[in-house]
This record gives sequence, C-alpha cells and structure tokens, in this order.
Amino acid sequence: MTEKRIIDVDYSQVDTERMRINMGPQHPSTHGVLRLEVEVDGEIVTDVVPHIGYLHRCFEKACEKMSYPQVIPFIDRMDYIASMNNELPYVVGMEKLMGINVPDRIQLIRMAFAELNRIANHQLAVATFGLDAGAFTPFLYLFRDREMILNLFEKASGGRLLYNYFWIGGLMHDVPPTFKQECLNIISTVRKTNEEVMNLLIGNSIFIERTINVGILPADVAVNFGVSGPVLRGSGLNYDLRRSEPYLLYDKFDFDVVVGKGEMGTLGDCWDRNIVRMREMEESCKIIEQIIANFPDESSDVRALVPRRVKPPKGEIYSKAENPKGELGFYIVSDGTVNPYRMRARATSFVNLSVLPEISKGYMIADLIMILGSLDIVLGEIDR
Amino acid sequence: MTANEIYEKLKSEFGDEIISLTEDAANEAFIVVKPQRIVEICLVLRDDPNFKFDYMANLTGMDYPNNLTVVYHLYSIPLNHRIVLKVELNKENPSVESVEKVWKTANWHEREAYDMFGIIFENHPFLVRILTPYDWEGHPLRKDYKEPETYHGVKIAY
Amino acid sequence: MGLLNRLDDPIQGDGIILGTVEDLLNWGRSKSDWYLQFGLACCAIEFMALNAAHFDMMRFGAIPRTSPRQADFIIVSGTVTLKMADRIKTLYEQMSEPRYVMSMGSCANTGGPYWEHGYHVVKGVDRLIPVDVYVPGCPPRPEAFFEGLVKLQKMISTQAIFRKREKMSAEDLAALELRNKKIQEYNERAAQENIEFTNAKHVGYSRYSLDFLNKGEQS
Repeated sequence: MTEKRIIDVDYSQVDTERMRINMGPQHPSTHGVLRLEVEVDGEIVTDVVPHIGYLHRCFEKACEKMSYPQVIPFIDRMDYIASMNNELPYVVGMEKLMGINVPDRIQLIRMAFAELNRIANHQLAVATFGLDAGAFTPFLYLFRDREMILNLFEKASGGRLLYNYFWIGGLMHDVPPTFKQECLNIISTVRKTNEEVMNLLIGNSIFIERTINVGILPADVAVNFGVSGPVLRGSGLNYDLRRSEPYLLYDKFDFDVVVGKGEMGTLGDCWDRNIVRMREMEESCKIIEQIIANFPDESSDVRALVPRRVKPPKGEIYSKAENPKGELGFYIVSDGTVNPYRMRARATSFVNLSVLPEISKGYMIADLIMILGSLDIVLGEIDR
Repeated sequence: MTANEIYEKLKSEFGDEIISLTEDAANEAFIVVKPQRIVEICLVLRDDPNFKFDYMANLTGMDYPNNLTVVYHLYSIPLNHRIVLKVELNKENPSVESVEKVWKTANWHEREAYDMFGIIFENHPFLVRILTPYDWEGHPLRKDYKEPETYHGVKIAY
Repeated sequence: MGLLNRLDDPIQGDGIILGTVEDLLNWGRSKSDWYLQFGLACCAIEFMALNAAHFDMMRFGAIPRTSPRQADFIIVSGTVTLKMADRIKTLYEQMSEPRYVMSMGSCANTGGPYWEHGYHVVKGVDRLIPVDVYVPGCPPRPEAFFEGLVKLQKMISTQAIFRKREKMSAEDLAALELRNKKIQEYNERAAQENIEFTNAKHVGYSRYSLDFLNKGEQS
C-alpha cells in the first residue's frame, strides 16, 4: 500500500456539492440490469441505493398456476448460471414432502452435476471479476474450459444453459456412456487452468492492489444481513449447508469448507471472497473424483420412481441447499392439489446484494465496481 | 433445541402472546404468535444464549383465505437449529412491526412482502416497492389480483 | 464483393476495379457492424460465451460497444419487463440511423415461457421497437445466433441505396415496405408519447429524475 499523502486544501473555498448519479440499468459492470443510484462526494461514494426489479419475471405468481413438474424450467431460469444447483433444493424438498427415497446412484449423479455446475459458476464469477478489474485474458481461458462442462451437460440433458434435468423422483435421462472419462478430463483441465489463473490474475500485483482492503465485510455484519455462500465464508465464518445440514450424500464425502483468512489484506475484503471461489473449485474437483471412484458401472432406470401425477399431501416445507452463490431455499406450501399453493424462493443474490450499501460507503467509484463484482450476483435470481 | 423446547421457553416468557405450536410429519415445526410483541420475541430469540437465532434465512408473506400471514424462517449458526414463526394478520388492516432492527436482512424481505402482498411493516426505514415499478398498482401475489390491461401505454396481455 | 476472400489474382491490370459506390458502402457497412452490449437475462450469458474464445464473435466484424451512440445495431438478449420498457426505448432512440434491432431468444420474441402468467413481462420487444431479425431458442444456441447475424449482414449488404425501388424484387420490396411501416409506426407513436410526456405536470424532468423526485417525497 502506498502512503497516504495529506494535501492541504482550504475546503471552505472549494465549491462542492454531493452528486447523485445513476449507474445502470444498461451498464457493462452491473452484471445485468441492476440500477445503482450512487451519491458521490467527488470520487468518494457516500451512499448507494440499489434499484432492482428490472428483470422481475413473476416466478412466484406463475408457479401458483403451474403443476409441480412444470415449475422446474422456471427455476432453471432464476439463477441461469447454475441451473443444476437451482433445481436441487426444489426436487429434494418435493421428494421429502412426498416421501420418495431416491437410490444412491441417482444421488451420486445429482451431486456430480451440481459440483460440475458449481465449477462452471465459479469460473464465470472469477472471469467476470477479472473483467471488472481490467483483465481480459483469464476470461478467455476460463470460458474455454467452461465449454467442456457445458458440453457434458448438453450430452446429458440437451441444453447448454437451462437443463430441466433433475426431476422429482429421478432424472430426465441417464448419464452419457462417456460420463466418467469426461468428468476426469474436466477435472484435469480445470486444475491446470486454475493454476494458470492463480499466477495470471489472483497473484497479479495490480489485481491485489485493487482488491485488498476494499469492501470489508465483518462476519457479524454478514450474518446480520443474512448473506451466505462464498461472501459469508470470505469473512472467515465456517458455514456451509453441505456440512451443517447435509443433503444428498454429502456427509459421506471428504471435502473442506473453504474460508477466507485475510492473507493479503483485511479479513473479508474482495480478494478473500474471490479466493474462496478459486479454492472451492478445487474442493469440487475432489468431490467429483470421489464420486467417480464410487460410481456404479451398471446403468439403472433413472425414471423408475418419477411419479405419474405429482400430488403431494397437504403441508409445507422450507427446503434449502448450498448454491454456488449461497443458501438457496424454496418455501413450498402444498394444499393437496396439483398446483403449489405458494412457492417462495429465498434467492441468494437478493440477500447478498442487500449488503452492498453497507460495505461500499467511503470507497472510490472504481472500488464500487470491484465490490459489486466480488458479490457475484445474478439479476435473474434477484428479481425472479 | 427442539421446537417443543423453544415453544415451552417462549410460552413461559411471553404467555398469551404465543398461540400454538404445530409439529407433525407433513410440516416443519412452526409457532404461531400474536403480532403485537413480535419485535420483543425476535430480540429474545436472537440474544438468548439458548436460542441464538442470529441468521434470518427467509421472511415472506402468505395469502390464506382468512388472513395474511408473515412467515419468519430463523436459523442459528452456532447452535445449528431452526424454527419457523408465523404471524397472522387480518386482511382489512395488515400491519405488523418491522423486525429490521433485529435482523438487517429483513429490510429487503419486508419491502418485497409489502410489494407483493401489501403488508405494512411499521417503523420500516424505507418501505417502498422493490420489484415492481414504483407507480405499479395492486399487490400481485394476492390471490384476488387481476393484472392491469396496460402499463405506460404498453399492452400487458399476450 | 468478396474480393478479399480470394487468394488468386482475378483482376488483371493495374488494380482498377469497376463497381458501384453502393456495393462498396454496403460491403463496408455489413462487415463491420458494431453492436450495443446490452445483456438482459439468460441469453446474455450465452452471449458472453459467444464473445469468448470458443465461438469468437469478433470474426464476423461485430465489436461490442458500450455506448448506443457508437452502435449500429442493438441485440435485445432476454426478457423485457415493463420496468425496463422505457429504458429500451431510450437506448434505441439514442442510436444513430441507420439502426437495426436483433431480438435474441423466445422472451424477446414473444414473451417466452412468461407469455401467460407474466404480469410484468412485455410479450415481445416488437411492441416497443421495430425488430429486424428474430432468433428463436431458449436460449438460442450460438450457431443459431450466428445464423441471425449472417441474416442481418445479408440484409444490410443487399440494401439498395441509390435507385432503390427499381432494382428490388417484389419480395424484397414487400419486406422493405413492412420494415418502413414498422419504423413509421414507431416514430409516430414516439412523437405522440413525447407530446403527452411534455404536457404532463412534470415538465422539465426526465423520467429518470422523476424517480428521484418520488424517492424524495417518500423519504
């Protein structure tokens, strides 16, 4: 860090006034159609008011008119970067509500795809974070590798981005025959590229200077604001739903929960949040390796348990899972008919974005871009 | 702590304010409370060393035929337990005290509940619409909501 | 014109090529169309993949611009909501003529999966601005997008600038009529809205500052 120079200015002579400027909704750095109303004092941000809702697609209202399996494609379109992970809490919750026990093989496939999608999401997050900082090359490398994961998803489900792959009680199709080999290829490529990106971007002194001591989020503030995922773990708090309330078969697998340690600057700054994502990719690779080692060779009917008519009994459930961005929850209220009475999505990015005004006061406008990038938001999920 | 223990402890502290506990196989355990002292109940839930509900996972509204309900999903990171609170409000004047000063995350959740259901959260710092435009009419997630014909001259129906 | 694609030397002589100015202008216009970088929803992620190494959209001469003033065409990639509608119109109006619109994905074409219950979704961006090329898909595959881009380039390159009507086939004429009609309708509507807007009580404020005013009243 450079030393602060004190410039002697007689501020009574300077004509200053606070200015309110609009950033977005069409702005390349707001990651979609987010509008930030920024109050600035010169270059210093004094207040930020996020205006959201520019992509409000009526998810919750539409769900009340849909049957339960029809809801899944809409869930895909919420957090469109990690669709597989999005479907997970919904199908798991519905199976709990209906009392379906899914065999281990399907659970392993679900875990493998969820972890692969976590890698794809973090690749995109790190790539766009690099773009925000002005680094274009890592973007090209990471997107090149992301294509491998998308290709595998396409072979399994037929879609590159939106899958509708996890069904209530099973899967849409069985995995392709080359599944194991492709997973191993992906892991080795991801590891190689991550090493490159660590040298190229994360360890780059320009990048470090731009991200350390910026947007510091203390752990107690983070918990009070309800943030979760890498943003919360970047503040040094060990909270991961895969560990604290395991779903699928996560309790039988060996992986570490990555937390920020404040290695470069203060604990909970932008660099910490970003490094958590980089290291989580490695943890996901470890999980996938274990899945491949335990994966049964013989194929099975993945649609055997899919109910013909999804009609859960009267009841309600709050089902949650660890999305790449944090805790994604679905509050499903069933009144015993084929349509949900109420479907509430506790969107991760919605909550994570609400902490932005708290942590961006007092920094420069350029830092505001970095803070926003480090939160890794998706507008489709915020506005639903 | 199990839901029953939480219920008993709240009952001994607040008496009639706590109405009922529902705990069966179909539902997650939830406690129905009266709206008048919701902030005090929430403060106890957050600060009491037996509860330590420091993390509000979710807050949402519900439109039942007879009432509007606010649902609070609470979680404790240090003690790893969950509880659901429900507050039932009448449809004519649905208002409840804001819990924004207990959990900051309630700020946006309450704005959304106001936007979607028209539930008024008293003493909320900035209770305006959040998802729909600021001049939108009606509260879309109510069951009797009818979508408008046009908005700013653009036809809405397909 | 395609001259640059050829490796042999088709033109003997001193490098004099005979052709029309129209061809030259259209060739230049169609092979370097810059687009306004404007991501709306899911399609925008596919759109980012288009720009990355694997699909490399820049080989078509399409370069992203972040300002509408420098853009030749706008790609509406995703769901258009009512809250966004005014902004899209503003962006379109800020672009300089000749301007083109590509609608990418089902949502921008017709409202997509939200056509029935989406109370806050505009059912097709062509209710707001005139569209030249529609790309179907939810989201469209990159190949589908390229097809749309090539269609747009072809449309630009065959646009007659001089003695337009004489040289066009009946089909092309009908298509051009349709396009002109759409644009004319849009212009009339925009002028009408402009009159209504200035006659309203908030004279002198843009729609953006209106939001600030509303906020000031409430707080």
